[in-house]
Amino acid sequence: MSEIETFYDVMRRQGITRRSFMKYCSLTAAALGLGPSFVPKIAHAMETKPRTPVIWVHGLECTCCSESFIRSAHPLAKDVVLSMISLDYDDTLMAAAGHQAEAALEDTIKKYKGNYILAVEGNPPLNEDGMYCIVGGKPFVEQLRHAAKDAKAIISWGACASYGCVQAAKPNPTQATPVHKVITDKPIIKVPGCPPIAEVMTGVITYMLTFDRLPELDRQGRPAMFYSQRIHDKCYRRPHFDAGQFVEEWDDEYAKKGYCLYKMGCKGPTTYNACSTVRWNEGTSFPIQSGHGCIGCSEDGFWDQGSFYNRVTDLTQFGVESNADQVGMAAAGVVGGGIALHTAVTALKSAQKKTQTQVSESEEA
Amino acid sequence: MKVDITDETVVAPVRSRLDFYTAEPLTGDATDQDRATITRRTSVYVYEAPVRLWHWINAASIMVLCITGYLIGSPPPTMEISEATYQFVFGYIRFAHFAAAMIMTVGFFGRIYWAFVGNHHSKQMFMLPFWRRSWWAEVWHEVKWYAFLTDKPKKYVGHNPLAQIAMFIFMTAGMTFMIVTGFALYAEGLGQGSWADVIFGPVLAAVGNSQVLHQLHHLGMWAIVIFMMIHIYAAVREDIMSRQSMVSTMISGTRTFKDDKVD
Repeated sequence: MSEIETFYDVMRRQGITRRSFMKYCSLTAAALGLGPSFVPKIAHAMETKPRTPVIWVHGLECTCCSESFIRSAHPLAKDVVLSMISLDYDDTLMAAAGHQAEAALEDTIKKYKGNYILAVEGNPPLNEDGMYCIVGGKPFVEQLRHAAKDAKAIISWGACASYGCVQAAKPNPTQATPVHKVITDKPIIKVPGCPPIAEVMTGVITYMLTFDRLPELDRQGRPAMFYSQRIHDKCYRRPHFDAGQFVEEWDDEYAKKGYCLYKMGCKGPTTYNACSTVRWNEGTSFPIQSGHGCIGCSEDGFWDQGSFYNRVTDLTQFGVESNADQVGMAAAGVVGGGIALHTAVTALKSAQKKTQTQVSESEEA
Repeated sequence: MKVDITDETVVAPVRSRLDFYTAEPLTGDATDQDRATITRRTSVYVYEAPVRLWHWINAASIMVLCITGYLIGSPPPTMEISEATYQFVFGYIRFAHFAAAMIMTVGFFGRIYWAFVGNHHSKQMFMLPFWRRSWWAEVWHEVKWYAFLTDKPKKYVGHNPLAQIAMFIFMTAGMTFMIVTGFALYAEGLGQGSWADVIFGPVLAAVGNSQVLHQLHHLGMWAIVIFMMIHIYAAVREDIMSRQSMVSTMISGTRTFKDDKVD
């Protein structure tokens, strides 16, 4: 496959100096949690390996994953990755359109059979034979199955592909289904988030290129290096959580002091992601730092966990909106009332019995 | 049915099981020895010391767990005793929750162990005689007793059948559920690769979302609160209304009977 340039070739072609390239390699090593000894390895891989062909397909989604991806903090990474993708197939980023684009897809699948990575943004709706999402005149689910058949591995970008996200929120009228439930015979890496962090996305791709294997995944199939800890575990407001110092109202003194947002419904303690360490927009900030709780966007079914501003989830199963405490207290109240009533009846009954016994005794006498 | 108590009847159960009280054998988990005992004495030793000890340790840890657990879901108002560095209010609440949970779990394992080595009654909580017809008849009788449809309760040595069902659902199954979900949540704090994660991590993966797991654990607490209310009410009421001792039995271990009528 001599026609494929290496990453290094692409970078040089775009006027990036070797010095900047080496800097990029050490930053990537740091981002992946690797030691300095890995820097030459990454550089070597970038210099010698042909770029891994990537097909990037779009199902039901909002393109926020792509938007995040192209904002990866290092411009170099952005250039590399953009070049790589525009060479193959990504209908929102590629220059070609219509039949040309579809031809490029077929071309890539044929040419790199079993060697390309399929990146899926969004998910296929299965209801009505998949008619809720049409790509190139056919249901997206067909394109997905077709492209997945000869893929080496699949990356599920974002909450949509990984878990279903908003279009799969109850009652999920289009039956939007995450990728791993449609494609079951390929290794799948879930990179959840709405969107995922840019550096996490490029980090996953770089890892796969450098080591020619999938990153270590956790039980839910997410790269362990980015999703093994909760936002809460590395949150800079954690000391206020342990102290019991919480924001009580959005405009109170405690909000100004930067106390813990737990009571405001922050989902940091239940969300696995790298926001509190990698942060967003070149490490500028992340939701909690800007004063709003985490909404748990990288968790399975996060739209169905009630309000973003409640710590204890509303349970809609009971017809009215109430949470575990309200349901529990209502049940305890009913049981308590029942107990009181039962006590009263017991007392009345035994009083009645005593009277009857006395009456019958006096009658006998 | 009237039974004459003689030396012969006392040793009778050893010879044959059912000849002794053919009419209605003493119910509620009673053994032949128990039946023999109450023909001579008015009390039976039911709850051995480890069972009683477990009961009260368990009760105390559940109280701590419910209060601290509720506070973890709905924290107390913000306190500014000092800088966050020197203040650990919520940390202590969580610590109390985890410590009580550890004690409860160890106790529960101890209680399971005792079901193997203890007396006959120590096993009653762990299984329902689901396929025994006579047991269901007793369940129905007990339902009628609580619904004021019958005047006289039966005598029981161990738990009455309704209590046994409640114990099984809320304690044996309920506590297992709380221990499993609780340790799965605890594993999140200890981190991936920790012992708790190795054992209980798959629970979180199966549920999918930690927030959902939190809610399940939270609802479990309310189930146990409701059990607690019914349990205490029933124990006190039975102590007054029934034909045997209740509350003191969990202190002394002996069940005393208020009458010597055979039932």
